[in-house]
Amino acid sequence: MWDYLKLAGLGVVAVCAAIAANYAHDLAYMVNAITVMLAAAIAFLWVLRTAGDVRVVNQNEYFDSVIRAGAIATAFWGIVGFLVGVVIASQLAFPQLNFEFLQGYGNFGRLRPLHTSAVIFAFGGNALIMSAFYIVQRTSAARLFGGSLGWFVFWGWQLVIVLAASGYVLGATQGKEYAEPVWYVDILITAVWVSFLVAFMGTLFKRKEPHIYVANWFLLSMILTVAMLHLVNNAAIPVSIFGSAQVQVYSGVQDAMVQWWYGHNAVGFFLTAGFLGMMYYFVPKQAERPVYSYKLSIIHFWALIFLYIWAGPHHLHYTALPDWASTLGMVFSVILWMPSWGGMINGLMTLSGAWDKLRTDPIIRMMVVSIGFYGMSTFEGPMMSIKAVNSLSHYTDWTIGHVHSGALGWNGMITFGVLYYLVPRLWNREGLYSLKLVSWHFWLATIGIVLYASSMWVTGIMEGLMWREVDANGFLVNAFADTVAAKFPMYVVRTLGGGLFLVGAVIMCWNLWMTVRAQPSKATQHAFVPAE
Amino acid sequence: METYSFLRHLADSWFLLAMTLGFLGLCLWAFRPGSRKAHEDVANSIFRNDDRPAEANPSPNSKEA
Repeated sequence: MWDYLKLAGLGVVAVCAAIAANYAHDLAYMVNAITVMLAAAIAFLWVLRTAGDVRVVNQNEYFDSVIRAGAIATAFWGIVGFLVGVVIASQLAFPQLNFEFLQGYGNFGRLRPLHTSAVIFAFGGNALIMSAFYIVQRTSAARLFGGSLGWFVFWGWQLVIVLAASGYVLGATQGKEYAEPVWYVDILITAVWVSFLVAFMGTLFKRKEPHIYVANWFLLSMILTVAMLHLVNNAAIPVSIFGSAQVQVYSGVQDAMVQWWYGHNAVGFFLTAGFLGMMYYFVPKQAERPVYSYKLSIIHFWALIFLYIWAGPHHLHYTALPDWASTLGMVFSVILWMPSWGGMINGLMTLSGAWDKLRTDPIIRMMVVSIGFYGMSTFEGPMMSIKAVNSLSHYTDWTIGHVHSGALGWNGMITFGVLYYLVPRLWNREGLYSLKLVSWHFWLATIGIVLYASSMWVTGIMEGLMWREVDANGFLVNAFADTVAAKFPMYVVRTLGGGLFLVGAVIMCWNLWMTVRAQPSKATQHAFVPAE
Repeated sequence: METYSFLRHLADSWFLLAMTLGFLGLCLWAFRPGSRKAHEDVANSIFRNDDRPAEANPSPNSKEA
């Protein structure tokens, strides 16, 4: 019965998408509608071919197939996102790479949101969904709630990524940084995200452990807060049901404030709280010791929750935003330094008594470096939110350097560590194909980040100083184009750093591929466990 | 009073106080008597149930890394 309902639903979606494609007002909408139609048709065929099959769900097994898919998707979108990043970094250094025949599709302005969304929401999002499903099942000692809901979350998220990415290239955007997806993609995101929440919460509800492990608190706060941020910031009215354009409900400075309340908490909860959940589970697991202080992790959690939500206005210093609001944002950003470092110390000290593992285990080395970058960027961030510093750093490449030391260093490195941890376990392999390749990846990525961040510090501070330089008569000394010309060598170094990071990630993919392909299976003590 | 002034006033007086006390309360709660044992147990819970859910696992305290 349920299969027939699914078939009917998918059929309706496919037909409606076909009609929408026919009436489309713009190219991006038409391509997106055709994509939805094809996705619904493929899902229809899949349900049709498997309809009536007897499906045995073993409640005594974890739902790991969706996590395996998540690991593949994380690695794949990581490569895509890093590659686009290297392309646009090259375009900034060598503007000739904005090819004439790609104008309007392949130039920097179109590719930049593709890069940011690919790394944050495709790479980071898949890493979070994969880790959340893994962690919540293990720490609850229960199979994931909701039957195949996990598969809906996984495939729904991939569809969101494809719709958003193809839309950006063809010009569908609502022009809000990190919230570029247009109204119908936003609706799909909401459906997927609520399903994610249901699967996660449902698993917590049927947990067999008395306590909810702290990693789940961070992950749950990530899911809930992102849901709230997404709904508020994307309040918009579509111009037409057959077009990708929309009008924001808020206007002027209110819109800017809502956008950066969203934008900063996307960093705070998506890229920090969620990845801290990964840290609090996978670092103790890889180190084979419990977290240094569980009490500190509780205080870390609540301090983060109470403070982060107010930090957004520091993105709007010296704008039309009232002074009190930007001061508030600055003060809370500076206070936030404390819990961030508390969390960093907690993660690092988990290795106390096991520091020798740093020498022998490149995975723990990766995780430790990621925690180090977490500490570094959560020191740099509060500093940059101080108004006096911000007057120099804002609108310069220092900001881009800061973001990347957090994103490449913290989010990237911890995700690589988690992939190295998960893949042998998920595919039941004896161990990784090559630890030597992990070391190569580690050093390429670390050197890449250092090149990236240091070149952006130099160029950011340089252009900040050039912009404010005045001569004896009070006239500005430099034209904007002077700063652009002066930045060229640093832009080349940045591209090189990004390239090294990408090469490291490609080595990781090869290593993980060979782990699954060539490593012997782990002998199981239970002969009758079905191969999932 | 108009809504803005009311909310603005509430935010930096009573609500700020309530949130500060709430935060301090949550922190103190972590140090309640008997919390050490609970925290040790939950901190080590990640080393249980690695391979399958609890039902099929007769001894949930068997450590496996």
